[in-house]
Amino acid sequence: MLKTFSLGGIHPPENKFSAGKKIEALPVPSQVAIPVSQHIGAPAKPIVKKGDAVKVGTLIAESAGFVSANIHSPVSGTVFKVDDIVDASGYRKPAIIINVDGDEWEENIDRSTELKKDITATPEEIVKAVANAGIVGLGGATFPSHVKLSVPPGKTCEVLILNAVECEPYLTADHQLMMEKGEEIMVGTQIIMKALKVDKAVIGIENNKPDAIKHMESLASSYPEITIEPLKVQYPQGGEKQLIDACIKRQIPSGKLPIEVGAVVQNVGTTLAVYEAVQKNKPLFERVVTITGKSVSKPSNFLTRIGTPLNNLIDAAGGLPEDTGKVIGGGPMMGKALVSTDIPITKGSSGVLIMPNEEAKRKPMQNCIKCSKCITVCPMGLEPYLLMTVSDKQVWDRAEEENIMDCIECGSCSYTCPSSRPLLDYIRLGKGKVGQIMRSRTK
Amino acid sequence: MNVVVLTILTLGILGTVAALVLYFVAQKFKVFEDPRIDQVEEVLPAANCGGCGFPGCRAFAEAMVKSDDISSLNCPVGGAETMSAAAGILGKEVAAADPMIAVVRCNGTCDNRPKTNHYDGATSCAVAASLYGGDTGCSNGCLGCGDCVEACTFDAIYMDDKTGLPVVKDNCVACGACVDACPKDIIELRKAGPKGRRIFVSCINVAKGGVAKKACKTACIGCKKCQKECPFDAITVENNLAYIDYTKCKLCRKCVAVCPTNAIHEINFPPKKVKPAVAPATPVKPVTSDNNPSSDNKNKEE
Repeated sequence: MLKTFSLGGIHPPENKFSAGKKIEALPVPSQVAIPVSQHIGAPAKPIVKKGDAVKVGTLIAESAGFVSANIHSPVSGTVFKVDDIVDASGYRKPAIIINVDGDEWEENIDRSTELKKDITATPEEIVKAVANAGIVGLGGATFPSHVKLSVPPGKTCEVLILNAVECEPYLTADHQLMMEKGEEIMVGTQIIMKALKVDKAVIGIENNKPDAIKHMESLASSYPEITIEPLKVQYPQGGEKQLIDACIKRQIPSGKLPIEVGAVVQNVGTTLAVYEAVQKNKPLFERVVTITGKSVSKPSNFLTRIGTPLNNLIDAAGGLPEDTGKVIGGGPMMGKALVSTDIPITKGSSGVLIMPNEEAKRKPMQNCIKCSKCITVCPMGLEPYLLMTVSDKQVWDRAEEENIMDCIECGSCSYTCPSSRPLLDYIRLGKGKVGQIMRSRTK
Repeated sequence: MNVVVLTILTLGILGTVAALVLYFVAQKFKVFEDPRIDQVEEVLPAANCGGCGFPGCRAFAEAMVKSDDISSLNCPVGGAETMSAAAGILGKEVAAADPMIAVVRCNGTCDNRPKTNHYDGATSCAVAASLYGGDTGCSNGCLGCGDCVEACTFDAIYMDDKTGLPVVKDNCVACGACVDACPKDIIELRKAGPKGRRIFVSCINVAKGGVAKKACKTACIGCKKCQKECPFDAITVENNLAYIDYTKCKLCRKCVAVCPTNAIHEINFPPKKVKPAVAPATPVKPVTSDNNPSSDNKNKEE
């Protein structure tokens, strides 16, 4: 019997069309636009101006606080301008636009593919290198990684959990990364373990990737402290709290972080980025992006420079299909529909899903029939139907009492609702308002 | 016989004791309530809309009775009449507040503001605004889901089917419910002016001129023409957006004429007289000559 998390969850059709597709490097575009806010926390501060020459890996915007991240140039060329561009949600946000000229890298980046196994850096040096490289959680949450690697005083980390679950349907970036960069991920895991001062690591992989489990198990045989944990396929297992529950059977109290139960979770993509930052001195300026969909002619996994226009990615995957209904940034469950394809790829873009018109349409909302399916599937033990009602009626104190802030926005409730009620849309609204109220109270 | 007397006696004594207890308790816990609160409440509109900033008319009446200086209090629904009546009861002075009205500062109709995407989520502006910038190129403009209409308890605002924008009717009492409901802060309370006349910039887009114009034909592009034209210094341009200070505006309408994008709106003004006497003479002729065929056409259409 395979392990999984204990509460709720669903199993939507997996549709992993791009599984097994080799990671291809997408050609460098002629112009990139790099938003200064690609992570959770304070937006980075641009340190380049119009006309400045940059190389691949040059720092172009520096972290503006502890919870913030550096941003490096993904291309070489000249800065065209620092201006507002439309982001994925349709709002205009500041970005650095660079005209590409050649592909010249900073000299201190080690571009060889040779595996460097010896970890010479001290824990402090590792955290510093990760912060300098601007690494953020590549699973999609984009939380600055150096914050996670700095265990707060008074807390101890007992186990590192590597998130290789990729529970979102369609997405295969992490899967392919494990198949091709397994060795590097193993070394990356050891680096993170050294930074956290733990001697145990668990890599959680869902059972729908048997080849990855086999491959990682064979690699892990030479690392006794790393164990592979095959997990039952269940969405949203990739959520931090769910993964900890599934792997080590510990539950995080409401409003607390994983370190509370002695665990730190990192995504496999992030782990690879940590390896490259520490061993190869390579900052985070490219990532693997899955582009997929039922009518996409060439579903692929592309190694994409940050700031590449989404249109380039779509063209490389065979162009936008005629029956396109929605283009979604991320997976079908947690991703957001994009307002335009004229937006750049950011550090948080794990995938792009092109949905045919037929599937993209929402069904008209009907009345709640009190079937309680949403409660059954909620992995956080909340009552989504109630949270939707209180958010609609703007009873914010009740929403707070009902722990609306615990919602991880996995969308299981909306997915399962037989009346097609937009539960998560309203809960997101409520979370925003309650969050504001709570912040204003602590000020 | 004995039983009947005993029953009457017992119940009588019990009743008297209970009445005495109740009487003393009522005396002990007596709450003195100013009778004027009731009187003031009587003259208030009983709409309980919260436009005054208090939870309902009763709370407002209490506040009026309790505070010495009532100049900061105002019932927007009842207006000057109600306020002077209430002040009369209390023997206090009240300054006549200017009547206000809500204005919708967006003119992004379907024609003016082409759609760039299609929204099929929950019909609620609050939800739509928490998800994305809007279904047009303007991320400041009206989302058109009608949260303001839902919020209005006076039936003073409706969605125009043709334009997809809310329209404020003249019976608006400026309670501010729609202002709070709008997640984009498009609706503003402004001085209603004589005969309900008002002039305002019907746009809140803060993007640069070119970007704003591309997204919407009638966007304010921050060209400052109106600022230069205004004889009363009522117009300020900040963040590529003009704003008319209604306390300074004298409703001269000079800014309306110079606005290159027609972003400045005038409401309840009579149609402008055509200035030069020669000008109307020329177009009159073709109208008269075309009179017959055009009326024919009209008849056909009808």
